Amino acid sequence: MEKTTATPPKKLGLKEKYALMTRGLGWEPTYRGADELYDQIKFEGIKIHDWSKWEDPFRLTMESYWKYQAEKERKLYAIIDAFEQNNGHLNVSDGRYVNTLKLFLTGITPAEYGAHRLFAMLGRQFPGVGAAIACQMQAIDELRHVQTQVHTISQYNKFFSGMSEWRHMTDRVWYMSVPKSFFEDAMTAGPFEQMIAISFSLEYLLTNLVFMPFMSAAAYNGDMATVTFGFSSQSDEARHMTLGLECIKFVLEQDPANVPIVQRYLDKWFWRGYRLLSLVSMMLDYMLPKKVMSWKEAWEIYFVQNGGSLFNDLSRYGIRMPKYWEQTVASADRLSHETWNTFYNFAGAAAFHSWAPSDEDMAWLSEKYPDTFDQHYRPRFEWYREQEAQGKRFYNNSLPMLCQTCQIPLNASEPDDPTKTAYREVEHEGNKYHFCSDGCRDIFCHEPEKYVQAWLPANQVLQGNCFEPGVDPEAPGFDAAAELFKYYRLTPGQDNGDYRGSKDEANWLKWKGLAPADAAEAA
Amino acid sequence: MSVEIKTANLDPVRNTFGNVARRIGGDKTASRYQEGSFDLQPVTNFHYRPLWDPERELYDKRRTAITMADWDALRDPRQFYYGSYVMHRSRLQDASEKNYELVEKHGLLKRLPKGLTRRLKAALLPLRHVEWAANNNNCYMTAYGYGSAITQGTMYNTMDRLAIAQYLSRIGLLLDDNTGESLEAAKEAWMSDPAWQPLRRLVENSMVTKDWFELFVTQNLVLDSLLHPLVYRRFADELSDEGAAVMAMLTEFMDAWFNDSSRWVDATIKVAAAESDQNKHLINAWARTAVANVLDALLPVARLMYFEDGKKALDEVYAAFQARAAKLGLTV
Amino acid sequence: MSNVQSTVFVALQTNDETRPIVEAIERDNPRATVTRMPAMVKIDAPNRLVVRRETVEDITGMEWDLQAFQINLISLSGNVEENDEELVLHWNR
Repeated sequence: MEKTTATPPKKLGLKEKYALMTRGLGWEPTYRGADELYDQIKFEGIKIHDWSKWEDPFRLTMESYWKYQAEKERKLYAIIDAFEQNNGHLNVSDGRYVNTLKLFLTGITPAEYGAHRLFAMLGRQFPGVGAAIACQMQAIDELRHVQTQVHTISQYNKFFSGMSEWRHMTDRVWYMSVPKSFFEDAMTAGPFEQMIAISFSLEYLLTNLVFMPFMSAAAYNGDMATVTFGFSSQSDEARHMTLGLECIKFVLEQDPANVPIVQRYLDKWFWRGYRLLSLVSMMLDYMLPKKVMSWKEAWEIYFVQNGGSLFNDLSRYGIRMPKYWEQTVASADRLSHETWNTFYNFAGAAAFHSWAPSDEDMAWLSEKYPDTFDQHYRPRFEWYREQEAQGKRFYNNSLPMLCQTCQIPLNASEPDDPTKTAYREVEHEGNKYHFCSDGCRDIFCHEPEKYVQAWLPANQVLQGNCFEPGVDPEAPGFDAAAELFKYYRLTPGQDNGDYRGSKDEANWLKWKGLAPADAAEAA
Repeated sequence: MSVEIKTANLDPVRNTFGNVARRIGGDKTASRYQEGSFDLQPVTNFHYRPLWDPERELYDKRRTAITMADWDALRDPRQFYYGSYVMHRSRLQDASEKNYELVEKHGLLKRLPKGLTRRLKAALLPLRHVEWAANNNNCYMTAYGYGSAITQGTMYNTMDRLAIAQYLSRIGLLLDDNTGESLEAAKEAWMSDPAWQPLRRLVENSMVTKDWFELFVTQNLVLDSLLHPLVYRRFADELSDEGAAVMAMLTEFMDAWFNDSSRWVDATIKVAAAESDQNKHLINAWARTAVANVLDALLPVARLMYFEDGKKALDEVYAAFQARAAKLGLTV
Repeated sequence: MSNVQSTVFVALQTNDETRPIVEAIERDNPRATVTRMPAMVKIDAPNRLVVRRETVEDITGMEWDLQAFQINLISLSGNVEENDEELVLHWNR
């Protein structure tokens, strides 16, 4: 074929190219009704007049998507391979550190899977092509996060307890119902609530709190594999957060009647997210052997400052800061201590280890929490240590009372009184329901018919629903705890209890060539 | 303090996760596909009924009439997990990109005879809407399907179909000098040209199918297996007689995708049909209905492409599909 | 409404690919504050922050596709406007 110099075609900018390649793909159906094809988008009362007003912030064609994502994956798996080949798990600061990964794998990884399926729903339910594609890309990204997390933590699972049965436990173990119910709450809602719950409240407002300080801390604690998957995931999250913000602006601009609905979703999902993050607060303050940033500092930067900027921006639509946000600031001095105390108490029934903070830990906590730690929490932890020294490590073997909404044991103090446990109660159709906070109570009151359905682990245990089929609680010699652990697939004496004296600790010392005495010194 | 690590002390405590060990016959080193694919979906102790489907659980086996003792038996022979999938597609895409650049640089498409260009615009470009529907349908299966193994495959297929729609769009942009006019004309044909209406009706009907496995059969097994071989390789071959080998370059991705995807579709159908007579009967019945509808809907499109040979082309594609279906134990 | 000063930020992985990007951001955004943390660099700026393709290319002497920015991106905050030349983060107020 002879060479020609054809008239060069019009050069397309990123925006135009994306619009031409993508936008016109959808059409107004005529053989079936649009209401049939997209049958979920009306029941929440959100009004959308023109889907073409949707602005794509990141105009990724599939070609660019594959190209950049493949590059990210090549980098990531090269590091995971090197990490495995070099027994990188031995480079972490201390064996205790691995417990953050146990919590991550059983709490966050399943949430990523929920997000994967949730965004697949939205990718099918939104009639606008731009919005649908953005959701589909997020759906496949979230699957990436699940798998890169599993593939990274795979190496830790080979050497440490508590991770082998993560998938089984996630559907069953008591505290794992906190993230599980959170995601199921979002997924069972209408599409706009789903979007605002996860894309906006969780991703935009709150995930920075998980990924930025925690991943930076992973690096600081010598865990190169986790920091790599964490930051690599987070690069997708940046796209997702932008989607969340774009979506909320789009909905608010479509119709003023959407504003109060969106505000209610924001109030609800801010509070749901905040309660969920109490698990992160204790990861930052108690579970990292080498600490980077306190929960309070992280909350100040990522919620008060960044969230504040965001809500300033949204105020032009008539959106205000989420209800009860002041309470989260007032409680920032207390959240992690109260949460860690709960897990110290119930360590016997948890699939990760907890421990009383060391002198060094407590010095750091005093410095970071000058107004609360020494006064309210240090004495309690010192008492735990005394008990432990006498060989009487304290375990609470009762079943905790759980909040009907967030499902966290009622452990939080009153926003205006650190010495008093917050407790709210509502009667609904003749039954009493218990709550940890005003926020959780309000959420229940708005949709009681939804939250009465909650599968509350403590109640389920009492009702005999947490034993393997065929187990007879009436049989002589029935051991409820042992049967519950079987149902959880939790190996007692291995997965649960205090870090000190655990198999993880013994192995760690062996692998590092440390005698127990040296270890105490090193810790 | 010096630390000496004796390698003998570094034996792993276990080799893989418990759920994976139970699936692969014991605690041994598992592949990344295995660790990243099975049992990811919650199966029990659901908290709330969906507002959008209050009769069922969030994840519910009853969203299809197909039953499986173990839904994660529907494995992907390509063993794609996200990383291997994007790396594979990115390599494929690299090759296609070079083709597109070459065609654009030398204005190869625009040197085709005018009649041929018109035929391309009329017969090929409206298919981008069919691919968009295929994307939506696979997204539906991903959202409402059961089990992480099969919904992983449908997720990848969702994105593949968007990519094909975008490749078709690029062909249009090559033909119309980036004005987008050819794409608008193609959409108009899709909406009102009588030749496209039976297919559009079929596609819209597929998009309201509630049973996700039935949709898998209609879309991924039947429609794709009759439409793709009818169009891409065959149309390029036809055009190359007229000096348009260039089309083969532009549809190379579609061909590669179809071969790759068919392996996964066949494996899925085979395992589901082998599970029980009831499954086999259902799949066969769905496939037969779909085949009848698809053949009717494709005939005018085949004629648009191959004129008087349209029927013959469709018959050949159908015969090839019958042979393929027979290997899966189906009679279509 | 909160009475905080509105800031936008971008956080990047610390590596050789982001070194020129960070330098370009510093050059184009005199009011930006750069904070280096383990494995991560975070850049905050009041109200607006821009990443310019041309500045990065000036520093590296190589062609650079702005979309490649995403590979090393950890997080960001603010409304995003992106075209072939620049990526802008901003708050509207």
